[in-house]
Amino acid sequence: MEINFILNGKGVKVKTHPLRRLLDVLREDFDLSGVKEGCGEGECGACAVLVDGELALSCITPVGSVEGTSVVTIEGYRETAKYRALEEAFSATGAVQCGFCTPGFIIAAESLLSKTPRPTPNEIREAISGNLCRCTGYSGIVEGIKRASERGEGLW
Amino acid sequence: MVDTFKPQSLQEAVDVLSDKGAILFAGGTDLMVQRRRRGGLIPDFDRPVILIGHLKELKEISNSTREIRIGSCCTYTALLSHKAVPEILKTCVSQIASPGIRNRGTIGGNICNASPAGDTLPVLYALDASVILARDNKERVLPIEKFIKGPGTTVLEADELLTRIIIPHSSFNKFFYKKVGTRAYNALSKISFTGLALKKLRAVEDVRIAFGAVSPTVVRSKDIEAQIRGKDIDAIQKMIPEILSHYSKLIDPISDQRSNRRYRKTVSLNLLNSFLKNYML
Repeated sequence: MEINFILNGKGVKVKTHPLRRLLDVLREDFDLSGVKEGCGEGECGACAVLVDGELALSCITPVGSVEGTSVVTIEGYRETAKYRALEEAFSATGAVQCGFCTPGFIIAAESLLSKTPRPTPNEIREAISGNLCRCTGYSGIVEGIKRASERGEGLW
Repeated sequence: MVDTFKPQSLQEAVDVLSDKGAILFAGGTDLMVQRRRRGGLIPDFDRPVILIGHLKELKEISNSTREIRIGSCCTYTALLSHKAVPEILKTCVSQIASPGIRNRGTIGGNICNASPAGDTLPVLYALDASVILARDNKERVLPIEKFIKGPGTTVLEADELLTRIIIPHSSFNKFFYKKVGTRAYNALSKISFTGLALKKLRAVEDVRIAFGAVSPTVVRSKDIEAQIRGKDIDAIQKMIPEILSHYSKLIDPISDQRSNRRYRKTVSLNLLNSFLKNYML
């Protein structure tokens, strides 16, 4: 099946089986290795991407279901001012250690801030509840998202 | 490799289904895990697949004076943002999985999976929900408890599709929902309790009680509810030991990797006791 969608702002076309995982298509066909496979069953959030602006887990999303949608990965998001605000905040608060989970956390943070520009700590914890981090203990990440929301005034 | 169909309308989906006897794929949040193979490989589907999660006809929510009708492919996120969806269902749905899964997982998928731990089921039983099943040119309506047969099994025929869930409006003024899991998010239920009551002054005019994950299917007893209905709070206070003992006979949990029989039974009855004492009296 030929599947058309928008990937990081550009129209793309891929000829593949529609039940292939979006994760594999992004990593193997488009070399977007910022999208990670952690658990492979939707529990850890390392493979998170945005589909039409909503948080989605690419390991449990068949590529056939994103036809006609707009998909954003960390590679596309990296080009935005919002990303730079999150990057600055995550480094300032110690939100990154090994970094494997970080793309997923950044995408989950964007998904939150796009709807709730000034979230409470509880709203932040709720928004990242589907993302696992084995290094930081989460406090730095919660702080980082809060800092980005404050310093990135007007971005979201 | 199996054929996969992405119909453009409900009618087309029904047509393909009557031809092929296929696996219906709504949000896929369970199917993609159940059919998963090693990384890089296409999930292992043994029959043709019909993608239905995108169909607009199945994503509608409509509200009338009598009832709310929810399309089977409404995501959990869509339910949370619709004002006519009953509060207790929202409370339940907000505790399912995590935001990324709630964006894709659907209420119809949760029902058709018929897992004993399916979180929306006890709430739908308690709210007297029905389901509409469609096949070529025909529809039938069934109460949810007639639709679910046992763990993982329903009465859905191979050429049938769940299109809508009907929830009649009700006027409860007390509700208590509690999900017990290993952690707050991404947890499968060990036990869930749903309690609804309509209390006026000192009388309980209506009551619904349902337990999830503690028996092959949801535990709800209309007989016991009828015994409580219409009683005043003094009478209910005296009945509590009897009510607990009635439900104790119906709750028949298993021990598995998530929990054990004794814990599930004890906590179920404690939650019931807490509902009776704190919400009804």
